[in-house]
Parts: sequence; C-alpha cells; structure tokens
Amino acid sequence: MKPFAYLRPDSLTHASQLTEEPSAIPIAGGTNLLDLMKLQVETPESLIDVNKLSLSEIGDEGEGLRIGALATNTATAAHPRVRSDYPVLARAILAGATQQLRNKATTAGNLCQRTRCYYFTNIDQPCNKREPGSGCGALDGIARLHAILGASSQCIATYPGDMAVAMAALGAEVEIMNAGGETTRVPLEDFHRLPGDTPEKDNILESGDIITGVILPAPVKGVQLYRKVRERSSYAFALCSVAAIVNMEEGRIGDIALAFGGLAHKPWRDKRVEEALKGTEPSLKGFDEAAEILLEDAQGYGENDFKIPLTRRTLKAVLCEATGMDT
Amino acid sequence: MTLTINGESRSLPEDPRISLLDYLRQGAGLTGTKKGCDHGQCGACTVLVNGVRINSCLTLAVMHDGDDITTIEGMGTPDDLSPMQAAFVKHDGYQCGYCTPGQICSAVAMLDEVAAGWPSDVTDDLNGKVELTGDEIRERMSGNLCRCGAYSNIVEAIQEAALETKTAGADA
Amino acid sequence: MSKTLEMNEPDTRNRLDDMAGRNVGAPMDRPDGPAKVAGAAPYAAEYVIDNVAEGVLVTAPFARGTITSIDERSITGMDGVIAVISDERLTARPAQGTANETPVQTPLSIAYFGQPFALVVAETFEQARNAAKALKFDYSADDPSEIPFDPEAVEAEENDATRQGDLDKAMADAAHSVDITYYTEGHASAAMEPHAAIAEWDGERLTVHASLQMPNYNITELADSLNLEEDNIRILSRYVGGGFGSKLGVSQETVAASIAAMKLGRPVRVVMSRQQVFQTVMRRSETKQRLRLAADKDGRLTGFGHEALVSNLPEEDFAEPVTQASAFLYPGKDRELLIEVARIHRMTAGSVRAPGEAVGMQTLEAAMDELAEKLELDPVELRLRNIPDEHPASGLPYSSRKMEEALKQGAEAFGWHSGPRKPRQKREGEWWIGTGMATAARIHNVGEAEARVTLNGDGTVLVETDMTDIGTGTYSILTQIAADMLGVEPAKVLVDLGDTNHPRGPGSGGSWGAASSGSSVFIACEAVRKAIAEKLGVEEADLELSGGTAKGGGQEKLLSELAGNEGIAKTGTFKPGDAQDDYAMASYGAFFSEVAVNRWTGEARVRRMLGAFGFGRVLNAKTARSQCIGGMTWCIGAALTESLLFDPVDGHVVNCDLAEYHVPVHRDVPHLDVLMIEERDPAASPIQAKGVGELGICGGAGAIANAIYNACGARLYEFPMTPDRIIAAMPED
Repeated sequence: MKPFAYLRPDSLTHASQLTEEPSAIPIAGGTNLLDLMKLQVETPESLIDVNKLSLSEIGDEGEGLRIGALATNTATAAHPRVRSDYPVLARAILAGATQQLRNKATTAGNLCQRTRCYYFTNIDQPCNKREPGSGCGALDGIARLHAILGASSQCIATYPGDMAVAMAALGAEVEIMNAGGETTRVPLEDFHRLPGDTPEKDNILESGDIITGVILPAPVKGVQLYRKVRERSSYAFALCSVAAIVNMEEGRIGDIALAFGGLAHKPWRDKRVEEALKGTEPSLKGFDEAAEILLEDAQGYGENDFKIPLTRRTLKAVLCEATGMDT
Repeated sequence: MTLTINGESRSLPEDPRISLLDYLRQGAGLTGTKKGCDHGQCGACTVLVNGVRINSCLTLAVMHDGDDITTIEGMGTPDDLSPMQAAFVKHDGYQCGYCTPGQICSAVAMLDEVAAGWPSDVTDDLNGKVELTGDEIRERMSGNLCRCGAYSNIVEAIQEAALETKTAGADA
Repeated sequence: MSKTLEMNEPDTRNRLDDMAGRNVGAPMDRPDGPAKVAGAAPYAAEYVIDNVAEGVLVTAPFARGTITSIDERSITGMDGVIAVISDERLTARPAQGTANETPVQTPLSIAYFGQPFALVVAETFEQARNAAKALKFDYSADDPSEIPFDPEAVEAEENDATRQGDLDKAMADAAHSVDITYYTEGHASAAMEPHAAIAEWDGERLTVHASLQMPNYNITELADSLNLEEDNIRILSRYVGGGFGSKLGVSQETVAASIAAMKLGRPVRVVMSRQQVFQTVMRRSETKQRLRLAADKDGRLTGFGHEALVSNLPEEDFAEPVTQASAFLYPGKDRELLIEVARIHRMTAGSVRAPGEAVGMQTLEAAMDELAEKLELDPVELRLRNIPDEHPASGLPYSSRKMEEALKQGAEAFGWHSGPRKPRQKREGEWWIGTGMATAARIHNVGEAEARVTLNGDGTVLVETDMTDIGTGTYSILTQIAADMLGVEPAKVLVDLGDTNHPRGPGSGGSWGAASSGSSVFIACEAVRKAIAEKLGVEEADLELSGGTAKGGGQEKLLSELAGNEGIAKTGTFKPGDAQDDYAMASYGAFFSEVAVNRWTGEARVRRMLGAFGFGRVLNAKTARSQCIGGMTWCIGAALTESLLFDPVDGHVVNCDLAEYHVPVHRDVPHLDVLMIEERDPAASPIQAKGVGELGICGGAGAIANAIYNACGARLYEFPMTPDRIIAAMPED
C-alpha cells in the first residue's frame, strides 16, 4: 500500500468535504478497497473512514424500506422485512461472498464494488479502467468473466456484485448527498454506467458525493427468486445471475421484473424482455423468445461466449421455477 | 486509541496501512491468526470482532479503536482446549494446520449466527427457524478454504462441538 | 552406533504386528494437534527474531528478455528502505523436487512473466511492499509475438516412450476400442501457507526457517545457490502449511532471504504474496492426452496407448509423468506410452500432488468408462477383467496389490448397481443424478532415510530426523512406530522433525515419506532393542518390551534403568534396494461417486463419494484416512473447478489468486467415505507400508466425469467440467 492519510470525520458534511479531494476515497467495510489498495490498483492519498457516521439503520420508509449506506450485508439479509417482503434481496446478498465478508461489507461499499477483471487487478497489465489509454488486456486475453452486453471497445469488464442486481429488479433508488449538502435519489438502474469511452468511471458518483442509503419501494406481489450460476457452489463470482420478481395472475404472467448480473458493466435490466413476457401463458417457447430479446445484441469475446447460452438457460430455469411450470 | 485483544488492552499502531491481521501477527505477537492470501479469499485470518467473524486481512488496525478482538489464542491453549478445538483434534479436522485457527474461529462464530437465526444461501425458508444441517454448515463455512482437503472431518468436528455446546447450554 | 537396512528382499517378518503396544495402525490423535488448533504451532514466518527486516520480491512485468539496469536510488529515500538486493545468486525459478542442486540462477535473464529478479528490504512489511512496487528498472523485452506460449503451437520433444508390439494393428483388430483425446488444464498447489523464509547469518553460519518439504535436498540446493558449505547451513521446517509439491525444492524467497541476511548482517524475512506464489513457484502442466484402448469381445485389453503432450520452460528436466500408472495398471501386449514436452514460456512446471497419475488416471478412467459402455459391460467388471498377472511391459511380478478387493468392497459399500449402464435415468427436479466409478493407482516410491532414536534415562524416547510433517501425519506415525518398537506409551515419545542438524530423512513428497522415514525409525528402534537385549544378555528376538519395561531371559527391568544416564541412542538407515527393482509396486484403490448435474445451468455437484484403498500397512487409521479424503477433495477440484488460465499474449497466470483459481470450498465437498483395505506389502518396506498421500487423487476425477455422463449424458473431454463445458455437451431435452 502507498502511504495515505487516515481521516475519520464525525459528520456527513465533513465527510463530504474531505472526499471532494480527487485523491480521497471513503472507506466503509473496506473489503474491496483494501484488497485493491494492497495491489496498488487504488492509491488514495487520503482514506476517509465514514464508519462513525450514523448510516447503518434499516427502517420503514412509507410502505417501502430504507437501508442505510453503512448497513452491513449481513444485517440487510437478516432483516425481518427484507426476508419477508424483499426475499430476492436477501437471496442475492446470501449468494455473494462469504459470511466473513458480508459481516463487513456495506450497502454503499457493495454498490461501489469494482470489477474482478483479471487485467484490472494486475497493475502489470494494460487496463483502460485502471489507467485510461493503456489498452484493454482482456480483449486479446482471457475474457472468461467478461461482459456480453453493453461493453465497449475500451472495456469489457463486468460489475461483479449480487446485491445490486436484486435491487435493480426491485426498482430501488440510491440516495446520494453531494458536496453542497443536497440529497438526491437516483434509480439504481441508472447508478452504474456502461463503460463507453470512460471506463474509469464505474458509476455516476462525483467527488464529494456520499451515498447515504438505498430505498426500496413498497413490496410487490409475486414470487421472488435469485439464481446465481458459478463455478464453485459457493464463494465465487457469478458467471451469470438472474433476479426475478414474477406475479402470476390466473395462469398468466402479470407484473414481472428481471435483472441480470455477470453480463455487463452494470446490473442489466431490459424492460423489453419483461414486456414480452407480461400477459403471456408461461411456456418454454415464450421464455426462449424472451431470452432472444435479451440476448439480441449480446457479443462474446471468445472465452465468455458460453455466457450467451448459459444466460438463456438460466433465464428459462428461473422463469420455470417462478411461474411454477412443470418441466 | 486502544483495542482489546483476548481481554488485553493494546494501543493501535501508528502506520495506518497496517492491517488488523499484520497487527495481530507482528504488533501483538499473536501468530495463531494466519495469513493465507491477504485478500479475503481464504479465511485463514478469520477473527472475531465484537463477537462477529471477519477477515482480519481486509481491515485496518486503526479502524478498530475500542473494539474487542478474539483470536484463536483467546479460545483455548494446547493444555486447555475449547470444545471446538478439542473436536478438531478428535476428528482430525485439519492436516497441515495452517487454515485451522481460521476454521475454528469461523465455526465458533457460525454457531452463534445460526442460533441468532441468520439465514444462509441454503436456508429453504428465509422466515423460518435455521437448522444446523450438514448443508448449512458447509455453506456457512465456505469462506474458509482448506487445501489439505479436511472439509469432511471439519464438518464432523463442528457437528460434535455444536452438540456439546447445546448440551452444555441445556445443563446451565 | 547405527544400523542400516538395504531393502534387497521382501521383509515378511511383519514385526510391527508382534509388538505389544498395538499403537501402529490405531487412529491416534495427532501429537501436534493441540498446538495446531490453539494457534501455537509456529510456521516459517512466525518465529520471533530480533531486528528482523522485511523483504519483498520484485518481479518482471514481461515474459522474456533482460533486466538491463536496476535504479536503486529510485527507492533509497523512501521510508524504511534498507536495501535493494540484486545478486547473481538469486534464483529465477524454484528447484524441482529432489534436484539437489541450485535451480536456474540468472535472475536478470527473464524467462517467464512474473519472474523475481530482485529483493527490496525495508524495516516493515508495508514499507517493503510499497518500495518493491516503486523500484524503477530498465529492461529489454522480446517481442511477445515471437515467444511461444501455446503448447500446441510448438514442436514438442520426446521425453519418455515405451513401444511394444503393434498398437495400430491391435486397434484395427479389436472387437471394441476407444480412441479419445482429452485436455486437462494446469493446476496450482495452492498450499494455504504462502512460501516464506526467515534467514539469519552470524558471519559464518546461516540459519533459515523456511516452509519446505525436503530439507535434506533443500540444504544442498541452498548451499549450491549461495556457494556455501552445507555444514554452515541449518534449515528448520518444523511446521509446514501444506506443500503439495510446491515446496519440494528450495524456491526464490528462501535464497533471496539468505542472500539479504548475509549481505545486510541482520535477519531478513521474505514471504511471497499469494499472487507471487501463483506466478513464480510451480504449476502442474496442462496436458493433451490421447487414450487408445483395444479390447477383445470379453473386454480384455489387447492394446493400450497413452500419449501425452505437456509443457515446461526451456532447460527444465521435469515433464509431468502422465503415463506413470498406465505403464503397469492394465494389460495389453501391444503398447505405446509417450510423453512429449513443449518448450514454452509459461512459469515453471513441476510436481503438484501426485504428478503423473493425478491427471493421467482421470483420463484413462474416463476412457475405460466409454469402453465399458461400448462393451455393454459394468464398469467395475471391466476393471476386474483387466487386472494383469504380471507387469505388461517388464514382466515383473506385482508386490501385494489390493485392486480387486478395493473394487469389490468399494462397490458394495457404495451400493453400486452393477450391470450395463445408461445415462439420464434419474432426475430430481432440475437435477440429473448419476453415478460413476474409477480405479485408483499410484506408484510406490521409497528413498534413503535416516533417523536417530534415543531411549532416555527417564524412560522417554526421542526421535530425530529432518523429515517433515506437512500435514501428512509424520509426527503421529513416527511416534506410534517408536512407541510399539520400544514398548512405551506414545505420550513418552517426542518426535523432533524438520531440522537439518538431525539425521537426514527423505522429505515429504511422492508419497514416500511414511514408508521411508517410518522404516528408518523402525530400524533405529531395532538397534536400540538389540542394545537392550545385550544388556539383558538375551537375543533381540526374545526381547519383550512393553509398558516401559523389558522382559527376556527370565528377567524384567525398567527401560529407564537399562538406558542409564547416558541413554541409548541409535541411528537407523533405510536404503532402497533390489526389492524395488524386483517387483512392480503401487498403491491401489477404487472411487465411486454420485453427482447431480443441473439440466439448465450445467452446474455439477458431487453428492456422495467413496474411496476404497489398499496402501500396505495402515500406520495411523486417522491420519491415513485424512490423506485419502484430502486426495478425494482434490479430485473434486480437478473434475469440476480447478484450472490455471494463461494469458495468450504474454503467458502470465491470469487467475493468480484464490478468488479466481477455484480450489474446492466446504460446500463443494460432501461427506466422504473411505474404506481402508487391510494389507501388508512385504516388498514395499520393512514396515510393509506403501504411500497414501497421493493415492486419493489418482483417478477420482474420472469417477466424477463418468458420473456426469451417467447423470445427464454429457461426455466431456476437457477437465475441469465447468458449467459452460457441460451445457455445451449436454443433449437437449
């Protein structure tokens, strides 16, 4: 690790001021940031420890639920309302990492988790995300973990998290306080970015912005599932994952929300897929057609070509289970 | 600025870069906590912070002002093993021994998590009671790698220790 | 005073069976257990040494070329920096197992991406790690497009070949045959303790705490690297956090720490980062294997072909001995065994747990499964019909061999349904369920071993050798052997290992430690017994030792009394002899597994696995069983998850950490059943024991592959069988 100043603000405003410095990074659980600092992928000059801020509460917000930025993944997954009203979120969190990591990892930190691209985490390799203009090692290299949707010629990395995929399906909003002290809410779907020509920016946060929480809307009816396919049965990042909320109405698919992990630079949600399924009777043919829409622009980079059939199959598995279709 | 390790108060290091793991091993001379990967990928460095298990490699010592840390040395000594430690010996829940302190710290905390009703990836009913099945143990212990491949024995050791803890609790 | 036994003929005395203590074979808890579970067992980096400086290796960011200059001044002003060690004695690669000489020592000449070439030493670890990253250097790198990285893209050289008869004709004439090409990917040992060393130099003598499997060889390798006399070096490896081949030879951190300590006049600790362990120590070569099996109508093999392409760096002698078990396991008079090596610039290839059989047996056993299918024969029956009477090439007799017993008893214990088999017969929800089996085989090795046993005046026994316990149970079995041979309680035996000041053992590797080192202790104990017998005036054979007393010739005396103040110390030496050449010797077994495969996602999960093994005398039923389940766990990794990925542009190990190199986790491994077959192999060693440390990994991945096929109908020809590969091979519903 490079030397850094360790600062511990005791107010949100102070924290925001400190993170306005371009070389300052806030630290919460630290499970991703310290990993990257040891590799010198991240080299902050100051580390702003926000753990003393009171942002860990989870509580009702209208009919919805507010999850504090510093709530641990464990606390969120074990929260009675998350378990009963937002099981897809509990399932997604529990499918990620390990208990030790979830005990430290926080809501905000998990949203800001950086890619696991092998070339990003190895500073002896080219990476436009880490060092803009240096090239993309994965394009000509091993692209097993990489994106099939929404990638660019600059970057084919994926967002590696699970929690945010469920939040995307739930229609959550991210609450952000900026340097001026104003608070705004951004749909989670819009929080992460596609790489385009600026892959160094994972999300929309500007310097001085502090995530204060995530707001889940009122619970909706239906079956909620999170399905994650990985190489090990536990403790591995997703090859692909699907968060699904499906409400059946008289044998037909009613309201439906689907979000996908492991496929893109952000949790992927494609409303066209949901529209195509809504109002239909569940059938393998219909599921295939929905997958066709989802994967219409999908592009593999050799090693990750398999994600296209795997996503199709995983989507079908999830839809079969969610609609109670007997296969 | 102090933290408590196995009941003993200690002052925090000056260099903020020092991980809790390195502080334990070198600052405090408690080398029972192991460094297997230094990146939260193996679990050998698992310790309890205020009773909750974490990877001590992925946290800075200076972030633990006022915290209460329990390491393997706080669980028992070679002459006075804790029930979990004794069960690992009996069931040969280790081979080279390097992942073992992490496995044991993890297992002890895991039993508390199950008792508290925290669900896991294999819990069928998120809103029901959590049973300590073999599958639950295996999923919950998956953050502790063992390259010697002692998993099968480790699960047996944990099952026995859990039973003992339960019995002891019932007696008390 | 010493006794030497050269193993020139089988030892049928089975002396350990006559000893009263009955400790040998018992499932005794490890004497080193309490220290390990309490975190009190010190590993190499954990010794408290005053004034120790911290070293971090600097590695090359290119695949091939030369470091032309190192700018020491680029970091000399940084906090805590003490020195940059750039020295021509630094080693560029690890030593191969039993190399007994320095590994390649041209640190500035780079042969693979990530090769260490310098050491930065600072007061603290954080300072050293940061400075190592900041060190500036110039280099001239070869054009990567001209460097070979792909083993199939270069012309390979023949390494080992056996040709007998006419295999092509046997294939053409066969009633049934298979001709299949498999690929297996590279493996990492990934021992949980990263490579580490602390070196101290007093101006004359070097003391090194290091994590090493074979101090007896490592001391020579280190001496040769440093141009020092062995007498001036002491290596200590009392606890080793796993090795699996990666610590057979001395590697870069130990040599670098030693040079730094000698140059700086203060102790230096060097611990590799996990990424460095992945990138600079050892890999198991990826393999391409062609299996040709020709059978008559009854399933008896008439022809047998096993060809393998493996890779290594230029100048490395080691070639993954893929066909090792193929040489002796099954019959077929027309035979062709071949190993070819491609010279490429990936990191060094070397021994990883069970080099050869680990990858050679899993493909062979997958091919046998296909042959059984063609014959419409039960796979167990096919193996039973192919147990040869004599070594198919040399004609040597087999020593004790429990293959048939393992197959039969294993099948029964597992609940194997015999008969011809069809895939896709059972589904539970989304999961196809199937079973598969495989034979296990691993050659038996022994090496020269020496140990000193001292019967002390207080009735305790001290066993000393530089042999190591890398989790294998050496502390346990040597305790048990000495306890039984000298008639004392195990608690009275102290085994002191991993110190080169002691008599030299063989080290841990190739599953030879228990039989070799155990025999040396046995021989030393025989010498002690003889001395006791002489004091009592009886023949050694008439001596009865138990409960700390000696009986013979109508007398009974306390051992402590007989030992006297000076004690009785004897050195035992075991030497391999003619017996090793007169018999084909191996450990055998059988694997049975039940696997579930998800019909949608292709995820495969092992639900049940049983291994039945015969490996000679079981020295400790608990630690031997642990060796077996450890090996079986590796089978799950080899079958389903483990694969080193190499960058096609510069050959570096891409997945160089434990997040992306997938060793199995708890949830991947079900309860594992082990059946140990009672056996004594008199030709194997004077204690009738063979190796067990690797047997459990030799073939089991094939049993899992066969179960995947039986479950879902996907025949795969690439290991590991990850979801992407399974869905590509799975028939559509």
